[in-house]
Amino acid sequence: MLKGRLSGFVFQLLAFVLALVFVSLILIAAKASPMEAYKNMITGSVGSMRKFAEVLVTFVPLLLVTAGLLITFSAGLWNIGVEGQIVLGAIGTAWVFRQFVDSTLPAGLIITLAIFGGMAFGALWASFAGALKTFGGVNEIFGGLGLNFVSTALTLYLIFGPWKREGVASMSGTEPFPDHFSLPQLPDLRISLWALGIALVGVVIVYFILQGTYFGLKLKAVGKNFRAAYLLGIPTWQYSMYSFLICGALAGAAGAIQVAAVYHRLIPSISSGYGYLGLMVAMLINYQAVWAIPVALFFAALNIGSIQLPIVMKLDSSLAGVLQGVLVLFVLLMEGVRQKFVKKA
Amino acid sequence: MNVELKNIHKHFGNVHANKGINLNIPSGTIQGILGENGAGKSTLMKILSGFIQADSGSEIILDGKSVTIDSPADAIHHGVGMLHQDPLDFPPMKVLDNFILGRFTGGLFPNRKEATQDFNLLAKEFDFSFDPESYVDSLTVGERQQLEIMRLLWLGARVLILDEPTTGISASQKSKLFSTLKKLPEQAMTIIFVSHKLEDVESLCDQVAVLQAGELVGEMKPPFNTSKLVEMMFGKVVTLGERQPVLTNETMLELKNVSLEDVRLKIKNVDLNLCAGEVIGLAGMEGSGQGMFIRACAGLVRPVGGRVKLKGQDLTGKSYHAYKNAGVNFLPAARLEEGLVPGLSLTDHFVLAEQPKGIFIDRVAGQNLAEDRIKSFNIRGTPLSMVESLSGGNQQRAELALLQDPLSLVLLEHPTRGLDIESVIYIWSKLKERCRQGASIIFISSDLEEILQYSDRVLVFFSGKVSPPIDAATTSVEQLGQLIGGKGWPEKGGSHA
Amino acid sequence: MNQENLLVGLAGVLAAAAPIIFAVLGETFSERAGVINLSMNGTILLSAMGGFAVAYNTDSILLGFLAGMLIGALVALVVAFASITLKQSQVAVGFVLALTCRDLAYFLGNPYMGQAGPRLQALPIPVLSDIPIIGSLFFRQEAITYISFIAIYLAWLWIFRTRPGLMLQGIGEKPAAAFIRGANVNLMRYVYTVIGGALIGLAGPTYSLAIRAGWMGTISGLDGIGWIALSITIFGGWNPSRAAFGAYLFALLQWLGLVLQPVLTQVPSQVLQVAPFPLMILTLLLVNIGNAEWVERALAAMPETTRKFLSKLLRAMRASPPAALGVPFERD
Repeated sequence: MLKGRLSGFVFQLLAFVLALVFVSLILIAAKASPMEAYKNMITGSVGSMRKFAEVLVTFVPLLLVTAGLLITFSAGLWNIGVEGQIVLGAIGTAWVFRQFVDSTLPAGLIITLAIFGGMAFGALWASFAGALKTFGGVNEIFGGLGLNFVSTALTLYLIFGPWKREGVASMSGTEPFPDHFSLPQLPDLRISLWALGIALVGVVIVYFILQGTYFGLKLKAVGKNFRAAYLLGIPTWQYSMYSFLICGALAGAAGAIQVAAVYHRLIPSISSGYGYLGLMVAMLINYQAVWAIPVALFFAALNIGSIQLPIVMKLDSSLAGVLQGVLVLFVLLMEGVRQKFVKKA
Repeated sequence: MNVELKNIHKHFGNVHANKGINLNIPSGTIQGILGENGAGKSTLMKILSGFIQADSGSEIILDGKSVTIDSPADAIHHGVGMLHQDPLDFPPMKVLDNFILGRFTGGLFPNRKEATQDFNLLAKEFDFSFDPESYVDSLTVGERQQLEIMRLLWLGARVLILDEPTTGISASQKSKLFSTLKKLPEQAMTIIFVSHKLEDVESLCDQVAVLQAGELVGEMKPPFNTSKLVEMMFGKVVTLGERQPVLTNETMLELKNVSLEDVRLKIKNVDLNLCAGEVIGLAGMEGSGQGMFIRACAGLVRPVGGRVKLKGQDLTGKSYHAYKNAGVNFLPAARLEEGLVPGLSLTDHFVLAEQPKGIFIDRVAGQNLAEDRIKSFNIRGTPLSMVESLSGGNQQRAELALLQDPLSLVLLEHPTRGLDIESVIYIWSKLKERCRQGASIIFISSDLEEILQYSDRVLVFFSGKVSPPIDAATTSVEQLGQLIGGKGWPEKGGSHA
Repeated sequence: MNQENLLVGLAGVLAAAAPIIFAVLGETFSERAGVINLSMNGTILLSAMGGFAVAYNTDSILLGFLAGMLIGALVALVVAFASITLKQSQVAVGFVLALTCRDLAYFLGNPYMGQAGPRLQALPIPVLSDIPIIGSLFFRQEAITYISFIAIYLAWLWIFRTRPGLMLQGIGEKPAAAFIRGANVNLMRYVYTVIGGALIGLAGPTYSLAIRAGWMGTISGLDGIGWIALSITIFGGWNPSRAAFGAYLFALLQWLGLVLQPVLTQVPSQVLQVAPFPLMILTLLLVNIGNAEWVERALAAMPETTRKFLSKLLRAMRASPPAALGVPFERD
């Protein structure tokens, strides 16, 4: 057992090294110094308090999405529609805010309502993918992808249609909401401790659902062997649905925070690709909730660290995505190699 | 073509599936291969047809020449073609495309006209009627066999292996198949006919070889002595202890006029009254309908007609979970595919099977439960052992330990398959304990000894036909073996159980 | 709209569908052999960028197209290796590649952003292009569009009429049956995945060297095309002609979105651009619903005649994937 874990670790380390070598080669091909690029990414993410706060701003939605995806992955589902569920969370939050623009209710209550509104919208959107899968036989990957496009269309429709700015609608989004609709932020930093708190609470809840509840145990049984779980008496399709709802709610919370704590309005690409990035984090941590926080933080740091690459080194900031993707790819490949080795031994 | 098998050995991991088989089949012979499930028939035939390779030291000699057969394509080059039990064809494709596929000669574009001509010629020769432009999924299993036989002959097969070809085809198709097969030896073809159906083998074959537990235990030429063949097939007699019937007069399960249907089989109008404490064994070769029957009793297959009652409660058409709540438990044969969840521990399984209420897992209770069950079911494993790491016997014990308490009806598929005798006796003592507590048992087994030993009554299945309940105490293995092989059934047998 | 504009517009639809057709045909080959290549979205972007970069540096459009195909083939090789040899999840590897190749395209394409490069010119076919209506519709296209017409026919011919094509159908349907007919299943899966990848890779340069010439990074508008092509593959029922129909339908709907914009002023153009998508989901639902378990249960409870009618109807609508799609093949 220990030997298995050790060999797993060795292969993961190897994957990490190979990924770095591969990306360094790409950098050399792009006529850039790998060391300088990595150095810039490190200073760009943890070089100052302000930068680290930006990392946390990215970390919050990423962690929420990852937490949600751990639930659907446990149930054996590829919830690729998570991207759209974030978008609907943002739309839901924006919708609630719009209802209360002229209200005299306390801001705290409105923000709370708005975040719950976002979660509800996200869950509703996820339930569509779940229903398509359960009742329509449409694979959740294709149903989810389709719904992602629809959610983008819906956002654009709202921004250019019913929710358009006074005067002329533009890609910059809807009219910003009043200041008191923002989650309180730290002085001079864009990070809101409330948002951070919500994300951490989210991942802790998911951890406990998966580790400590009968619900989580049943979910895992469904994910690992749908047929046997059914024969054991677990209402399997309901559990698939529940997992979609929970993941949708958490993704919706991520979208809600993007509106309530980051952009303060609805913008066209409000999900910022966090859904897809969350899928990568979940794959990289092999669906183990304990690793969600460090790895999501690492990925967030890569995203933020790469922002200054265009300015300093004339390199595109998508290097972060390349590094993240290559890392996950090599971990998957090395896992395959390890399994071959174990089989032979 | 003359076929000689010399010293054929085959290991699958620790299982020795073929133990030095020697067999000589002269050209123009119809050779029967008999044996119960798992006797090694299919392995031997897959070796001859190139699907798998024998261990080194084994030798295949065709017309006096020693050959190496690396693949099925290689086999057909040597003139050996095999008709598999589940037709290996392509249902969504056209008959003609199926026919052409695998023919090695010809250019990029197959000559469809020529192929159609050959096809029609062959079909005429054997009196088959097909439309080459129709689709394979519109054909019956029997027609798909005919197509496959034509294809193999077209490819130049001189040896034709047929694996259980009479399963799932109608009586008229069977007689057509047999008349076709009888024509072939005139053209110096060799036929190898693998079956468990005594009647078929006896009416068709020129000589018969019987396999048992991987060994060739005997050969016979006509006239055939049926009871001798049965004895060779089912082998040694093991005493398993005293019979202990636990019978009451209370009706547990009542089937009224139940009809079942799937793609291959139809079971019609079964009536059955099962008493509390009673054990019924379902006998029959695999795929004769007993699997569908036991799944219908579990609520997994919906009857197309009739009613199912448990303790007077009508469960017809209800879901599996409703059956389960009513006290019906089903343990499938495929332990790691259907019965257990690989990746979860023993504790996890016991906890899940308790249908726990509440939110948080009570780890202490779960641990105690697991330790308790592991001890009382004598499972070699710890509460944290993953189920896939257990041996087969221990997985089976774990499954038994998952049964609910109290329970009305236990349904088991092959409860002791692959287990050592000690485990078998242990598992049955646990099951009999359930009977004494008032539960009834229905189980499927291919071990006739086990069926006669532990059942009160037996239902025999043959091609979807169901025998009337037979009293186990007054039936012999041989009688049962004949029924399973399709002998001794009433001519126009309705399937009233 | 006058006839001239209409013809130009429709000719544009035929051209705009060309890259989607290449991608869908490539995916069809791959999936017919049993391998899902989910990396398509990234592959198209990377091959668009790579094709443009090579053409820009060598001033050879042909080399640009070849480079795109090579990129597609290499990415597909990774999918094949991970899934066939290493037995990892096709979906996981394909998805990671979809994202990684996209970002790689943006990263490596940075120096080429907005550069003017070579582009394919229209190649009217003498005589044929002078035929009224048909000439301006079909025969004043760019060479790559003609190739897309031919590709549909060749793909159809290959799969349904040739000997290896029949075997390809067999490999995806029942590998064991193909194996006894002499196919080297895993080798063929490699071959078709890589060839399919090359076709997917042809889609990229078709954008960057022809219909949307140039490389514009994140605003190229190419992100998402691959996912669309993936749904069209299903809609097309793994049949080149039905898939091509799907691609043309999609291009037509997008064009209609542009044309109708002046009429439907209250609907933003971006919405019309993605409008075909709800339709896609609906069609996926129709082709898939026959596979759902509750439908079977509901059918079992119906009277015999209704049951037979409904199951026939469902079967006619259903597009069944190759039965062995995503299932590894081993001899024993």
